Amino acid sequence: MAEKKYDWSAIARHPKFVELHSKKSAFLFGWWIFSTVYYFLLPIGAAYAPGLFKIKVIGVVNFGYAFALSQFFVSWGLAHYYAHVANKDFDRLTRNLIDELHL
Amino acid sequence: MTLNRFIIAASLALSIATAAFAEEPQKAPAGAVDPAAAAATATAAAPAMTPPAAETAPIAAPAPKLTVKKELKANKAITLSMFALIIGITLAVVIKAASKNKTAADFYAAGGGITGAQNGWAIAGDYMSAASFLGISGMISLYGYDGFMYSVGWLVAYITVLLIVAEPCRNAGKYTMGDILSFRTDPKPVRAVAAMATVAVTTFYLTAQMVGAGKLMALLVGVPYRTAIVGVGILMVGYVVFGGMTATTWVQIIKAGLLMAGASLLSVLVMAKAGFNPLRFFEMIVNSPDIQDHVTKMLLKDGKTGADLLTGVDAGQRFLEPGLYLKNPLDQISLGMALVLGTAGMPHILMRFFTVPTAQAARKSVIIAMWIIGIFYVLTTLLGFGAAINVTPQGITQVDAGGNMATLLLAQQLGADIAPIFGDIFLAFLCSVAFATILAVVSGLVLAASAAIAHDIYVNVIKDGHADQHEQVMAARITSLVVGVLGIIIGIAAEKQNVAHLVALAFAVASSGNLPVVVLSLFWKKFNTAGVIAGLVVGTIASIGLVMVSPNMTYPKLEAAKGEKIIHAMEKKMAALAPGATLDAKDQKALDKAKVDLLNKDGKSILGLDAPILTLKNPGIISIPLGFLAAILAALAFPSKRSEEMFDEVYVRQNTGIGMAKAIDH
Repeated sequence: MAEKKYDWSAIARHPKFVELHSKKSAFLFGWWIFSTVYYFLLPIGAAYAPGLFKIKVIGVVNFGYAFALSQFFVSWGLAHYYAHVANKDFDRLTRNLIDELHL
Repeated sequence: MTLNRFIIAASLALSIATAAFAEEPQKAPAGAVDPAAAAATATAAAPAMTPPAAETAPIAAPAPKLTVKKELKANKAITLSMFALIIGITLAVVIKAASKNKTAADFYAAGGGITGAQNGWAIAGDYMSAASFLGISGMISLYGYDGFMYSVGWLVAYITVLLIVAEPCRNAGKYTMGDILSFRTDPKPVRAVAAMATVAVTTFYLTAQMVGAGKLMALLVGVPYRTAIVGVGILMVGYVVFGGMTATTWVQIIKAGLLMAGASLLSVLVMAKAGFNPLRFFEMIVNSPDIQDHVTKMLLKDGKTGADLLTGVDAGQRFLEPGLYLKNPLDQISLGMALVLGTAGMPHILMRFFTVPTAQAARKSVIIAMWIIGIFYVLTTLLGFGAAINVTPQGITQVDAGGNMATLLLAQQLGADIAPIFGDIFLAFLCSVAFATILAVVSGLVLAASAAIAHDIYVNVIKDGHADQHEQVMAARITSLVVGVLGIIIGIAAEKQNVAHLVALAFAVASSGNLPVVVLSLFWKKFNTAGVIAGLVVGTIASIGLVMVSPNMTYPKLEAAKGEKIIHAMEKKMAALAPGATLDAKDQKALDKAKVDLLNKDGKSILGLDAPILTLKNPGIISIPLGFLAAILAALAFPSKRSEEMFDEVYVRQNTGIGMAKAIDH
């Protein structure tokens, strides 16, 4: 099978590609930093703010437990938000780009 | 020529490193199944210290009900027939898959024919080891909140996988990490070093899994350790050699299904005890006299006195607060970094993204895996706290000081509450889930290691990429066989060794060596050959080196000091005993061990140290920045025009999938 030759630098300069990759990079790195900061608040908070973690929120369930549990929901929520944006925007931009390049 | 010499030198260095770790004597009492969690050793050692402290305890708490001597006895006939059933089903899958393995793409990537949903289940099956299944719930059952907090990082790690590596790897890679790294670099040295890093990570992880497997099987069904290792090893080799990625995937899917079924069923039984009311469940934890007593004893051991020494309901509430187990925040943060970045650098996880046809399928598979893994850890909380309420921490430590048997004891007890035979069946079912878990994880590891050796080193370095499909598949099969047999041998050799730190080490190498170079290859224009090699070598060596001077190793002098204290405490205890009475079995064992430790008081650690240089058990916080720094500095020091020119291609490919190496093309 002969591999098709592409002019990669031409594609990289294509306005549609520039749009795709700037949107994507901003989204990916922005949300990655958000989730990382949110996660590290858990061990940091547990170690340096034990008073906060002890506060009871519902019945005997305290803030620390609720915060740890929230990590799961934040992760799932972010995963679905990413899938939504990727399916709607990034995949559409990619298809547009491929159509315009007649690949 | 130089390259060959380099490979040989690197292999030698690697085997010496592994041997050095295997030589490490075991410091904790055996029975710690939990291969993850550098946790296990400390966990196992801690409760052994309780008796002397308890003696002087002014306990005002309500007297805990006397616990009956717990024991874990799996019904051999039921358990073994369930094992046979699992083996039968998985072998049928292998036979079906074997006929399809005609090309390298079939063998390594199941021909790209796995769907997103299937791959999601397989990732979960590949990732959740027996340590997640038994170790974390055990940690929760003995230390409450800290165990739950520990589990969070294992899920959050998948955000990095989803956002940063899954789709680019699918778009730019083929079978291995070496494919991604060698794209715009000098392929031979890069592939060789990448394969070494892969083999290092998988060897550490595999050793921990094999030893855990042998101990678990010996404990659960009473087969001798060696028989268990050989049995697991033969199955693992069989799946991979004959079934390749297709069979491995299905073993992982079956395992994930069984694991979720077992955890869900047990959770329903736990919640039924609390009338399906979550708030009532938490009240049961706080009000359990056994948990209260257990917490008070732990606080006493930490030297708490006066107002800090909680009793009664306050002690119960303390079980839901942090700090009973994880006492070094920096270590926690360091472990978190290794998890969040290391999971995305694990070769057996990266490899799963080459099995799906498109980036969309890769995306979907991570999201499905995140649901399965996340739900599993939430259920684990119910199981851990459920075991603390129903089996009691005292009952759990009787069977295994590290708490690893908590889930199984819980299943046996809650099942037997319905009908005695149901307890046996439920326990047997969970034992077979543990068995399937081990098989799924070790198979994935063997496949990843052999792909690195056969595809990167044999086909692309030694044969310059000139090998026909038949030869490639043969090479892959032979390598899998060799890797599997070595896994069995290492597993047997490491029986008496302390392997708990090997999982932490695998994650440290993956996060400090593999991840920085994968990310920089995909996203940084100036990255090049020098950067890849420096990043992998420095990240890997720094992780190994830091672990070797960490508290994970055994320091005979410190052990001897500890032993001396135990001997004093026991002597006091003996003096207080009625004339003619002797110490109970547990105390006698502690005393005997202390005496042995004391004999070795002039010994040194494996690197000739008296005490650890580093206080961290997880080196990530130091080794990850080192890995990144080395990769970046080397790339800047030895710029490569070709690598920069080819960045457009990599960047367009990884973002769009244009020109994707379709695994189905052949």
